[in-house]
Amino acid sequence: MLDNTHLSRTRLSAGQLAANFSDLHPALSTDEARTEASRCLYCYDAPCTRACPTHIDVPRFIRQILHSDLPGAADTIFEENIFGGSCARACPTEVLCEGACVDQTLLRAPVQIGRLQRSATDASPPRNEAGPDTGKRIAVIGSGPAGLSCAYSLRRLGHAVVVFEANSVPGGLNTFGISAYKISTAFSLSEVASIKSIGVEIRTGETVDAGRLRDLHKSFDAVFLGVGLGATSSLEVPGADAKGIVEALEFIAESHSGPLSDCRVGRHVLVIGGGNTAIDVATQAVRLGAESVTIAYRRSALEMSAFAYEYALARDDGVRFEWMTRPVEFLGESGVISATKMVKLNMVGTGRSAVLEDIPGTTFEIQSDMVIQALGQNPTTGLLNEFDPQILEDGRVRVDPETRATPVPGLFAGGDCLSRGAEIVDAVQDGKLAAAGIDRFLCGKPCIRP
Amino acid sequence: MIDFFAASRASDREPNHVSDRESSQKPNRASDHEPNRASKREPNRPVIKPDLSSNVAGIKSPNPFWLASGPPTNSAYQARRAFEAGWGGVVWKTIGHEPIVNVSSRYGGIDYDGRKLMGFNNIELITDRTLETNLAEIAEVKRAFPDHAVVVSLMVETNREAWHDIVKQTEDTGCDGLELNFGCPHGMSERGMGSAVGQVPEYTEMVTAWVKEVARTPVLVKLTPNIADIRFVGRAAANGGADGISLINTINSITGVNLDTFHPVPEVAGRGAHGGYCGPAVKPIALNMVQQIAIDPEINLPVSGIGGVQAWQDAVEFILLGAGNVQICTAVMHYGFRIVDQFISGLENWMSDKKFAVIGDFQGKSTGLIGDWADLDLSYKVVAEIAQDKCIHCGLCYIACEDGAHQSIDITPVDEAEFRAVLHGHISSLESGGKTILAGAGDGFVNRFEINQETCVGCNLCSLVCPVDHCISMIEKPGPFEPMTWREYQEKLALGEVDRILPPDHV
Ligand SMILES: Cc1cc2nc3c(=O)[nH]c(=O)nc-3n(C[C@H](O)[C@H](O)[C@H](O)COP(=O)(O)OP(=O)(O)OC[C@H]3O[C@@H](n4cnc5c(N)ncnc54)[C@H](O)[C@@H]3O)c2cc1C
Ligand SMILES: Cc1cc2nc3c(=O)[nH]c(=O)nc-3n(C[C@H](O)[C@H](O)[C@H](O)COP(=O)(O)O)c2cc1C
Ligand code: SF4
Ligand code: SF4
Ligand code: SF4
Repeated sequence: MLDNTHLSRTRLSAGQLAANFSDLHPALSTDEARTEASRCLYCYDAPCTRACPTHIDVPRFIRQILHSDLPGAADTIFEENIFGGSCARACPTEVLCEGACVDQTLLRAPVQIGRLQRSATDASPPRNEAGPDTGKRIAVIGSGPAGLSCAYSLRRLGHAVVVFEANSVPGGLNTFGISAYKISTAFSLSEVASIKSIGVEIRTGETVDAGRLRDLHKSFDAVFLGVGLGATSSLEVPGADAKGIVEALEFIAESHSGPLSDCRVGRHVLVIGGGNTAIDVATQAVRLGAESVTIAYRRSALEMSAFAYEYALARDDGVRFEWMTRPVEFLGESGVISATKMVKLNMVGTGRSAVLEDIPGTTFEIQSDMVIQALGQNPTTGLLNEFDPQILEDGRVRVDPETRATPVPGLFAGGDCLSRGAEIVDAVQDGKLAAAGIDRFLCGKPCIRP
Repeated sequence: MIDFFAASRASDREPNHVSDRESSQKPNRASDHEPNRASKREPNRPVIKPDLSSNVAGIKSPNPFWLASGPPTNSAYQARRAFEAGWGGVVWKTIGHEPIVNVSSRYGGIDYDGRKLMGFNNIELITDRTLETNLAEIAEVKRAFPDHAVVVSLMVETNREAWHDIVKQTEDTGCDGLELNFGCPHGMSERGMGSAVGQVPEYTEMVTAWVKEVARTPVLVKLTPNIADIRFVGRAAANGGADGISLINTINSITGVNLDTFHPVPEVAGRGAHGGYCGPAVKPIALNMVQQIAIDPEINLPVSGIGGVQAWQDAVEFILLGAGNVQICTAVMHYGFRIVDQFISGLENWMSDKKFAVIGDFQGKSTGLIGDWADLDLSYKVVAEIAQDKCIHCGLCYIACEDGAHQSIDITPVDEAEFRAVLHGHISSLESGGKTILAGAGDGFVNRFEINQETCVGCNLCSLVCPVDHCISMIEKPGPFEPMTWREYQEKLALGEVDRILPPDHV
């Protein structure tokens, strides 16, 4: 459990906090959007559309913006991706649509597809209706983007959907796991509300265990699993029970669970990890007012799984990096973290498969009153193993690549629990494909509608 | 500095003395019309700084860039600023006996996918200032800028005395020439002036002749494009004794309709009128008409080219097609007088590059290359070719040819890994988070586009839509038969010397 009560709350003023947590990529003005839209070449079989995991028809919506048809542009986006608003804010566009944009070659700068998508989705809400009732009922486990995307698509096909969510607040990581300067709590909840508005029922505070899953599998016509990943892993290092050693997701969740002024942050923060999550928490710590933030990673900058622009963001925020080092012991004073003993590492081989060895005699200490572990989430194998071990393979749920059907008839899955793409947009696509798969499973093709 | 042109200057051109003009008799076209001369320079001698000076119908200016009659030439204040900025001449905003009353609003713009004022439209009339004010200011400007061209645009009622009077009063200012506005397509035409004159060859000839009865300075007749064949009015102006032709004036137009109010654009209290269209969009229409006038053997007059000039290249095109200079209105209304700087620099650099010393060296160089379709060679054959090392894989050529031309471009998805192996260095790729992202790729493949040169008809379409310079080129192929124009084909068919050319197998 998050225990950081020894730390003081952020020392920044409300105004500073608001500025620090304002949108990383603010909305474009109408003029900016039109000018940016005019850069799009309107490619045929557009690379950006192919590179978008949900295959939004990008040139189509950009041309609709150019010609002042914002509702039409929003329809184009929501047609493929009901989380078009979240994706516009949090997608790593650099490695998706914008990375594929041909203007990247032509002008050394892609069309800002993400921000244009935001212009359209901000301007006009989704306005789809539920399809005619089919009499079929589907249980969806988890209200993250995978679960809700599936639920939404199923509703549009006319199926009844009940979503079971363990948390008291719906939305999954969109609501509590993505830094607030990317997706605000309020925005995530507004997306959830819009999905609910076509008749998706969400039951929060309902944790589904293996027994319940069996019941649901029997009593519903089909079940979709969108349970995401589990808790983040912790380091097995002496002293790890000291106060002030927190886990990345808890740290981010705190910024979503109350006013920013209530968030606690150390003066000197050490972050351990080299992924996007490490960057997120380091950046958030800076934005909450930490005086110094250091990221310690066991490999070098080249092997970091964080995207280049995320890394640049942290560097711009003044985050320091300690490469090729790992913690060996957390040092505390009266049960509170005060420093971390690190050892330098040697890479044998190259790339991410290289073996890491401690270099004897190179230990050093990094002083900090807070340590954030950003080591990645573990799969939720417990529930699934107990339900039916054959659906797992190496801790991942096995699915048919087209329908997202698991080996258990009537059970479908998608999102982070498949441990595939691991972005919101991948989860959305999984949910969408699974809904089509479920529809076909229930009704044959096409589903007969009254 | 070495002056390469001292010799040619001394022999070709006379100093621009006001007294010369005053002492001369009524201008006689044959002797007084001294066009931009070609230099007597040996070809291929280096050109350090070309001479931009221009002479159209005897009106001389330090460069071929004149401000067309319109809002930028409304006052002495503007004319001074224009000359100080570098303009070679101004054609004063059309004056008449009585100031007119204008309406508001007056202008409409056509934007093209983000670019402003591709086209421009107005319902403004001629000057709204008094004749006395205009004449006093014209005289003041001419005194201050003796070496620049000050031409005055005129429009009065269709009455001989009225024209005689305005010509005399205007010439008393010391101006360098007159331009008869037979072109204004709105408002004035309803009162029997402007294009009401320019649309009737007989009126054009009559009024031109009236003016020539008294004019001592060169007279340009400004034509309206709102006619079926520009040559008829052009010939009428020549018959009336015009010293030169300027064209085009604005084109009848409606800019648009407001989708919320349903009112026309521009509107005056909810109503509109047919306004005059100009700006970059009209250049091709103007070039066409300029060439038609320049090449017509019955006209044979110097031409001042107008319509859509917004860059130095446009000016060069007008001159290549026969104009002696160009006039500009919309581009100045959009960006101000300062653009002339870039016109001059662009033209000078281009002339140096092409080794042209004076405007006359290239004036009309392309005029004769345009003629009847019937004289085009039916055997000439080009096909498109894509430079794969420039292609960015946008697919625009493909869809244009597929839907809008002759289905002659093949699209082949190439596996991204395979593509990478032959990757052309120009494609942008990015390493991020352990992934490599290739611009133009998506879903694991890159589309490769190739021309099917067997079926390509050589229409140019793909090369026109391709966003990358020099990526698609049209290359010449041996023709299917000996060179033969359509005219020759008809003759040979009649004589039984050739077989009928069969329609293509491929649509
Ligand atoms: C720190 C962090 C930052 C990230 N930043 C970005 C980013 O900037 N951009 C981006 O695109 N992606 C980002 N991601 C990834 C993204 O959040 C996930 O890929 C996405 O949320 C996966 O969606 P999901 O629906 O599969 O799972 P989740 O969003 O995790 O939702 C799963 C839901 O299931 C519920 N649940 C789990 N088990 C049960 C059960 N037994 N019974 C009932 N309910 C259950 C959970 O409470 C949760 O609400 C980030 C992830 C993390 C951890
Ligand atoms: C607002 C406006 C007013 C004009 N007034 C006149 C005029 O009084 N007399 C005239 O001969 N032409 C007038 N013109 C036409 C211009 O001189 C010119 O022929 C035409 O605009 C085409 O050139 P451009 O494309 O460079 O603008 C006017 C044009 C505009 C836009
Ligand atoms: S790749 Fe770029 S230019 Fe092409 S359609 Fe997509 S956004 Fe537009
Ligand atoms: S030139 Fe015309 S026919 Fe030939 S490939 Fe291009 S578009 Fe097609
Ligand atoms: S239009 Fe040009 S850049 Fe685009 S695919 Fe065709 S050849 Fe390549």
